[in-house]
Amino acid sequence: MSEYYQQLNERFCKVLADKFTFSSKVAMNELTITIEKTQLLDFCQYIKEAEYFAFDQLIDVCAVDYVEYAGSFSYPERFAVVYHLLSVKYNQRVRLQVFVNEDEPRIHSVISIWPSANWFEREAFDLFGIIFDGHPDLRRILTDYGFIGHPFRKDFPLIGQVEMRYDDEKQRVVYEPVSIEARVNIPRVIRDYNRYRHDE
Amino acid sequence: MAEIRNYTMNFGPQHPAAHGVLRLVLELNGEVVQRADPHIGLLHRATEKLAESKPFNQSIGYMDRLDYVSMMCNEHAYVMTIEKLLGITVPVRAQYIRVMFDEITRILNHLMWIGAHGLDIGAMTIFLYAFREREDLMDVYEAVSGARMHATYYRPGGVYRDLPELMPQYQASKWHTQAEVNKLNENRQGSLLDFLDDFTQRFDTYVDEYETLLTENRIWKQRTVDIGIITPERAIALGFTGPMLRGSGVEWDLRKKQPYEVYDKMDFDIPVGVNGDCYDRYLVRMEEMRQSNRIIKQCIRWLRDNPGSVMLEDHKLTPPSREHMKEDMESLIHHFKLFTEGYSVPEGQAYAAVEHPKGEFGTYIISEGANKPYRLKIRAPGFVHLSALHEMVEGHMLADVVAVIGTQDIVFGEVDR
Repeated sequence: MSEYYQQLNERFCKVLADKFTFSSKVAMNELTITIEKTQLLDFCQYIKEAEYFAFDQLIDVCAVDYVEYAGSFSYPERFAVVYHLLSVKYNQRVRLQVFVNEDEPRIHSVISIWPSANWFEREAFDLFGIIFDGHPDLRRILTDYGFIGHPFRKDFPLIGQVEMRYDDEKQRVVYEPVSIEARVNIPRVIRDYNRYRHDE
Repeated sequence: MAEIRNYTMNFGPQHPAAHGVLRLVLELNGEVVQRADPHIGLLHRATEKLAESKPFNQSIGYMDRLDYVSMMCNEHAYVMTIEKLLGITVPVRAQYIRVMFDEITRILNHLMWIGAHGLDIGAMTIFLYAFREREDLMDVYEAVSGARMHATYYRPGGVYRDLPELMPQYQASKWHTQAEVNKLNENRQGSLLDFLDDFTQRFDTYVDEYETLLTENRIWKQRTVDIGIITPERAIALGFTGPMLRGSGVEWDLRKKQPYEVYDKMDFDIPVGVNGDCYDRYLVRMEEMRQSNRIIKQCIRWLRDNPGSVMLEDHKLTPPSREHMKEDMESLIHHFKLFTEGYSVPEGQAYAAVEHPKGEFGTYIISEGANKPYRLKIRAPGFVHLSALHEMVEGHMLADVVAVIGTQDIVFGEVDR
C-alpha cells in the first residue's frame, strides 16, 4: 500500500512538476501535497479530470490553525486549508494542503469543481474565519445566530465568551460574559519517546 | 379563489419528522418546494475543540455521542486514526470483535432508520418490530461494555475487554414473575456468543417480516418510488457515500475497496440500487442488514474457536491488568502515567475512515507529538448528505421533504458535532 502511494507521488511529480509548484510527502500510507494558494483552482481542476488521477470526490475540507507554529519552514502561515480527495475510479486518496495568510485569510472556493465543498467551506468560514472567494452563500453554519468570533481558532477560549440564561424580569433569554473559569485538568505535554525515533 | 402565492415555511427544529433538531426554511409554491435551506448547528457541541483539550483516550466517549445510533462505528474511526499515527496493529481477536460490533451497530442503525423512516411516511407497525430487535442488540452492547448506548468499548490497541462468558439474565421482580423471567432468559443461558448466535438465526426471518410489511406495500411505494432521485454522477459530485451512493448504483464500499481490520476475510455482498430513489435506498439498506447478519455469523464462528488477547500488551499505550497493577511496581507506574497524562502520539497527520452505516465516517488527526491532538476533524457522512437536501427536494411536494430527510438517515449528533 505504501508503495502504491510512493508511485502515485512519483506520478504527481512527473506529470505536474512543470505546471505547478508544490511539495509532496508520503507518510502512513497517505500522500500529502502542499500547493500554492494561487494555483489551487487550476490544480484541483487538473487532478479531477486528468487520467490516472481522477479525484472525482471531495471527501472533506477543513481548516487548521497553526498559530503556535506559524512562520516555521513546514508551516509558513497561520492557517491551512486541508482537502481530502478520493478517486472512486482508481480507489486512491490524496490530501491537499494550502496555507493561508493570517491577515487576509482568503482562498478560492472549489465549489465549482466539487459541489460538496459547499457546507465544508461554510463550516471552515464559521469556525476559523477563512473567506472562500466565489462561494455563493458564505454564511455561518454551526454557531448560533448572531455569534461573534471564530470559535475553533486556538486563541478562542474553550469555555467561550458568553453564556445565556433566561431572565425572569426581562422575560427573555439574555447573554452575559461567562462566569466560569477556564481550567486545565491535564496539561499538554510533548514526550519525545525513544520508541518513535526509528522513523527518522 | 385567491391566487396561489409563494410561502416561506419554517419546518422544525421541534418537529417529529425533523429527526432531531433540523430547522428547515422552505420556500413553497403552493405545495411544491422551490428552495430548502437547512439551518443546522442547534446540537453543536464543539466536539473537535473539546478533543483538543483532552488526552486521546478521554475523547472516545465523545465519539459515541456523535452519531448516537451507531456508536461503536464512530469510535472505530477515531481509534483507527490513533492506531495509524502510533503505528500499531491490534490483536486479531480484537479485530474480529470490532468487525462483529461494527456489523451489530450497522443493524442497530438500520433498524432505527427503518423505524423512524416508516413513522415519518405513515408506516407505524414497522417501528414496533424494529425496536423489538434493537432491544436484543442493545443487551449485547450492555453485556460487553456496561452501557446500552455510549459504550466506549474500542480503545487504541484493541477493545476494552473480552466477550463475557455469561450473558446477563433477567431477575424476577414484582413486575415479572419467575415463570415469565425464565421464558425471557431462555436464550441467555450461555455466553454472549451463544446469545448472538441465536439472534443471527432468527434475524433473517425478521428482515423478511419487515419486507412483507413494506416492500410491496402500495402506500410505501407511493411515498418512496421516484422520490429524491440522484444520478450516480451527481451522487459522487455531491460527496455521497454509503447507502446513499450505493442506492444510486455506484458499487463503492470501504469494507471491500479499502478493507480495514479483517473485512478482507469476510464473505459478503454489496447491494446496489438502480434508480437512485428513496425506494432503492430502502432496498439497499434492507439487504445490508442481511449481509451484516452474514458477517456476524462468520465472526461468531471464528471467535468461538480462537481465544486470545483482545488488547495490545504494550503498557505504554494500554493499561496493565488490575492484578499486575497491585503487585508490580512497573505496572503501577504505567497505570498511573496512562490515567493521569495519557500517552503521547508521534508527530504527524493521519486520516482513517470506516464504512459507517451512514457512509464514510472519517477522522483526521494532526498530532504535534503531545498527549492531546492538535486538531481533530470529524468527517461525518450526514453533514454531506444534508447539504444536498435542497437538490433532492427541489420540485417535490412538501410531504416528500419528510421522505427525503428519512432516506438520508441523518442524525444530528454527527451533523452538528
